[in-house]
Amino acid sequence: MNRKPVFLYSCLCFGFAFFYVPILSMIFFSFNKSRLATVWGGFSIEWYGKLFANAQILKAALLSLEIALLSATLATILGTMAGLALSRFRRFRGRTLFSGFVTAPLIMPEVITGISMLMMFILMAEWIGWPGSRGFTTITLAHITFSMTYVTTVVQSRLSSMDVSIEEAAMDLGSRPWQVLKDITLPVISPAILSGWLLAFTISLDDVVISSFVSGPGTTTLPILIWSKVKLGVTPDINALAAIIVTVVAVCVAIAGVVMYRQEQRRERDVQMALRANN
Amino acid sequence: MTGQTAGEGRPFIRIEGVTKKFGAFTAVDNVSLDIEKGEFFALLGGSGCGKTTLLRMLAGFETPTAGRVFIDGQDMTTVPPYDRPVNMMFQSYALFPHMTVEKNIGYGLKHEKISVAERQERVRSILDLVQLTPFAGRKPHQISGGQRQRVALARALVKQPKLLLLDEPLGALDKKLREHTQFELANIQYKLGITFVVVTHDQEEAMTLASRIAVMDKGVVRQIGTASGVYEFPNSKFVAGFIGSINMFEGRISGVADGLATVEVPELATSMKARADRPFATGSAITVAVRPEKISIARSAPPEGTPNVLAGVVQDLGYFGKDSLYRVKLDGGTILSVNSVNSRRGLEHERVAEWEDRVWLQFEPSSAILLQE
Repeated sequence: MNRKPVFLYSCLCFGFAFFYVPILSMIFFSFNKSRLATVWGGFSIEWYGKLFANAQILKAALLSLEIALLSATLATILGTMAGLALSRFRRFRGRTLFSGFVTAPLIMPEVITGISMLMMFILMAEWIGWPGSRGFTTITLAHITFSMTYVTTVVQSRLSSMDVSIEEAAMDLGSRPWQVLKDITLPVISPAILSGWLLAFTISLDDVVISSFVSGPGTTTLPILIWSKVKLGVTPDINALAAIIVTVVAVCVAIAGVVMYRQEQRRERDVQMALRANN
Repeated sequence: MTGQTAGEGRPFIRIEGVTKKFGAFTAVDNVSLDIEKGEFFALLGGSGCGKTTLLRMLAGFETPTAGRVFIDGQDMTTVPPYDRPVNMMFQSYALFPHMTVEKNIGYGLKHEKISVAERQERVRSILDLVQLTPFAGRKPHQISGGQRQRVALARALVKQPKLLLLDEPLGALDKKLREHTQFELANIQYKLGITFVVVTHDQEEAMTLASRIAVMDKGVVRQIGTASGVYEFPNSKFVAGFIGSINMFEGRISGVADGLATVEVPELATSMKARADRPFATGSAITVAVRPEKISIARSAPPEGTPNVLAGVVQDLGYFGKDSLYRVKLDGGTILSVNSVNSRRGLEHERVAEWEDRVWLQFEPSSAILLQE
C-alpha cells in the first residue's frame, strides 16, 4: 500500500479548487487598493471602512435580517404543522393534492413563483385593499411561502424515520394526542425543526429573484442591493461585504462542527460506560 | 376452541368474535377467547399470524372490524389507549430518547392525580424492583439493552395497570440474558398479581413464562392450553409441528381394541400401536406423531413382541453436550429424528450409536399422538 492514489488526490484537489478558489480570490481582492476590482493595486482595508460608513448597505442588511428572522420563524411553524399533517394524520381527502402543493415551490422556477406572488398581491390590493403597498410584508409573505416547503420536507423526513411506537407508548401511558405532541414528538424532532429554521433563514437571506418581484420602493434587501450595484460593475466594497459574510458563515460552521464533535465524543464515552456497566 | 371459564363469574378479559381487516387482508379472523385475572397468557405464532394485531386491539391502538373486547367487565372495543387500564411494553421498548430513566418511568404518573411525593415514591420503589436505581439519571442511549428492557417494564408497571401487555419482551436480548429475564418476569408477575398477556414467536419463551398458551396461525386461534397441554396433546398437525419438532407418519386405522389403535403405515410397510384417547372409526385416515425425545435408540433389537419397533441406519448425528440428535434412515427410506439424553459420561467411541451404525428405534404406544386434521 505504498502507492499513493494519485487520481483520487487530484480529484480531491480539483474539487477543493472548484469550491474555494472563487471565494478566496474574492476575499483577496477585497483588500485591493485599486478601484478596479480585477486589477491589483496594493494592499488596503479602506473598502471595509467605506462599507461601514455606507448607510444604504447597512439599512439593506438590517432589513434582510429582519425579513429572514420573521419569515424563517413563521415558515418553521407552518412547515412543521404541514409535515405533521402529512406524516401523522390518517389518509385524509385531498392529501395527495396537499402534498403536491406543499412541495411545488421546490420544483417551480423562482421566476414563476415571483410573478404569481406579485399578481396575487396586486389582485388582493384591488379587491380587499390589502396589502396597500409592497414592501416588508409582501417580501416576508413570499419568503414564507417557499421556505416553508423546505421546513416541511426536513420535518416530514425526520418524522417518517422516527419510531412511531414511542408516540404510542406515550398514549398508552395516558397522554392525549396533544400531550404526546408537546411532550414527545416535538422534543424528539427538535433538531430537524432547528435545521429547517436555519435552512429557511439562509434561503430568505440570499433570495434575489422572488424578492425583486414583490418588493416595493424603499424596501431594498441586501441581495437586491448587491445585485443592482454589481450591474454597474463590481466594486471592491461589495467584495469586502461578501468577505465579511463568508467569514461569519465559516466561523459559525466551525463552531457548530466543534460542538457536534464534542457531543459525539461524549455520547461515545457514555455508550462505552454503559457497555462496561452491562450486567 | 375457546378457553374455559374457571368457575366464578365473568372472565377478566373476554375477546368476543373479534375480526380485524386491513384492506383485503384479514389479520385476525373471528377470534374468541377468555383470560382470567392473574393469568400469564401467551399468544404464540409465526410472523403475520395476527398475534400482534390482537395485542394492539387489547391496548387500543387498533379498533376491531367486528366483535367486542371486554376488560374487567367493561366494553373497551372503541376506548382510546389513554383511557384504558392497560399498559404495554413495546418490542422496541419505545423509551423516550430525550428523557432520563427516571423521567421515562415517571412520565405515565404525570396524568394521575397524585402528589409529587407519592409520584417520587412510586418511581423509587419501581426502580428498586427492577434494580435500576444507580442508573436513574442516565438517558436511554447510555444504558445497555437489558437495562433498557427493564426500564420499559418499569415504565409500564409503575402505572399499576390491571393488565400488562408485552410484545416480544425478550426478543432483543441475548441468550443468557433471556433466561435470566424470563424468570425475573415470572417473579414480578407472581409478586404483583397483574394479568400479563405476552406475544411471542418463541415457543420456549411462551412455555416457560405462560400459564396458558394460545397458538395462532393465519389470524385464527388453533389451540389454547397449558405448556404441556399444547406440547404433549396438540390438536392438529399444525400445532404439533409448530411447537417443538416431531416425526409424523400418514396412515389408516385398521382397528381399535382396549384403548389401543392399530395404524397401518404404508411408507414404513408396518403397523403401529397408539393410545386412542377418543373413538376412531376403522378405516379412517390418521397421522401418527411422535416427539424425538420419546423414541429410544439401541444397537440391539428389542425382544420379540415389543410394539412400535423400527430398524434403520444412523445417517447423521449432532452432539449438543447434554443430549444428542440422531437422524436415522429407516429401511423404507423415511428419515426419523431421535433425541437422546447423554445420561452416561463418555467419549465418541462410547456413544450409544455412531455414524452408519445399524440401530433399532422404539416408542411406547402412549407416547404416540393420533392427529386427524
